Amino acid sequence: MSARTRAPNERDPAQQEAHFRYVVRLGDTSLVLGQRLGEWVGHAPALEEDLGLANFALDLIGQARLLLTYAGELEGRGRDEDALAFLRDAPEFANLTLAEQPNGDFGHTIVRQWLLDTWQLEIYAGLQESADTRLGAIAAKALRETRYHQRFSSGWLIRLGDGTEESHDRVQAALDSLWRFTAELFAADDVDERMRAAAIAPALTELAPRWSARIDEDLRAATLERPAARPYPWHGRRGVHTEHLGHMLSDMQHLQRTYPGVRW
Amino acid sequence: MIEPVAAAGREQLIWALLAEVPDPEIPVLSIVDLGIVRHVRRDPDGRLHVGLTPTYSGCPATEVIRVAVRAALDAAGLADAVLEEVLSPPWTSEWLTEAGRTKLKAFGIAPPEEPVLSPRRLWHAPLVTCPRCGSRVTERVSEFGSTPCKAHYRCRACQEPFDYFKCL
Repeated sequence: MSARTRAPNERDPAQQEAHFRYVVRLGDTSLVLGQRLGEWVGHAPALEEDLGLANFALDLIGQARLLLTYAGELEGRGRDEDALAFLRDAPEFANLTLAEQPNGDFGHTIVRQWLLDTWQLEIYAGLQESADTRLGAIAAKALRETRYHQRFSSGWLIRLGDGTEESHDRVQAALDSLWRFTAELFAADDVDERMRAAAIAPALTELAPRWSARIDEDLRAATLERPAARPYPWHGRRGVHTEHLGHMLSDMQHLQRTYPGVRW
Repeated sequence: MIEPVAAAGREQLIWALLAEVPDPEIPVLSIVDLGIVRHVRRDPDGRLHVGLTPTYSGCPATEVIRVAVRAALDAAGLADAVLEEVLSPPWTSEWLTEAGRTKLKAFGIAPPEEPVLSPRRLWHAPLVTCPRCGSRVTERVSEFGSTPCKAHYRCRACQEPFDYFKCL
């Protein structure tokens, strides 16, 4: 751990708060996306894809556990991973809005997954160099899993996009519908800026073109059209969510809310 | 004051103890074979520290392994040992020991073959040797298998299906 960047964190409450929020955002995106993928278990079009999506859900929830445990420690108010996952309401969740969007059909899920896998590839690669070595270690671990995920999602994007007329039209429609949420992926705010200045997080302005280039490469292979950029009304990372998150949480948090403190 | 040689000898005993703790999902492998025991050391106060690393972030076996290690240490009279999670450097299939690879193969699971994972494309399946007949003429049935660390293959020579321990 670098004393150079750690010391100011501990002294400055605003910096500590930003550090907490930065890690919670990453953890929430993994958690919410993992929960969404879990909804596919028993419903995917083929056994292999069912196993695949469940495996990714497991990886993402594992990443969320590491990140939320760490966030709880940074916050220093005694909240552990379970308190953060199960006892916060939607406005306190800070995931990317894209992650909470409903599954739709298999192609829709693949498009959402591929957009976010490709985002995580850049974020985790950048975080490997973080001055926060614990966050860097989590990112290095997650990056290897994310490569596997992106290989799967980009592979399916290409199969479906360059497949039949029906599959092409369905994934293009999914892309057109989900694209508006991508504006949030690299929109830096005060939290990102503070973390970048402390060398804890990579500069989003440097990651965005790399993400964009990879997206374009896959879209070309998939014979899909990149939709036009849209205005950006959602700020999931700041707790302003679409209506879908609350419904998802009511399902995800049901047991812990109904039986507070339950153990099994 | 513990004499260094004796201390080192004791640590050897701990490693031997841990080499008896099986991986819950592939019991033919011990956690030492799997390469997830990162360190065994004593701090200046004489307390034992055992460092474990997860294979996959979400591997459900991680908790079971912690409990099994704790039980093994308790049984050996080392109840005050500290279990630590070590994330860096991340575990990869290259941490699997040579003994572990041999045991996997004897058990009918093909050990990992390609050291580097290309981020590109689903259909570039690695070439895997059949653990039963040794044929290289095999095909991937599913990139995902019964646990996060395995894929499913089939041998086209002997026709047997088999698990492949994925390269991560």
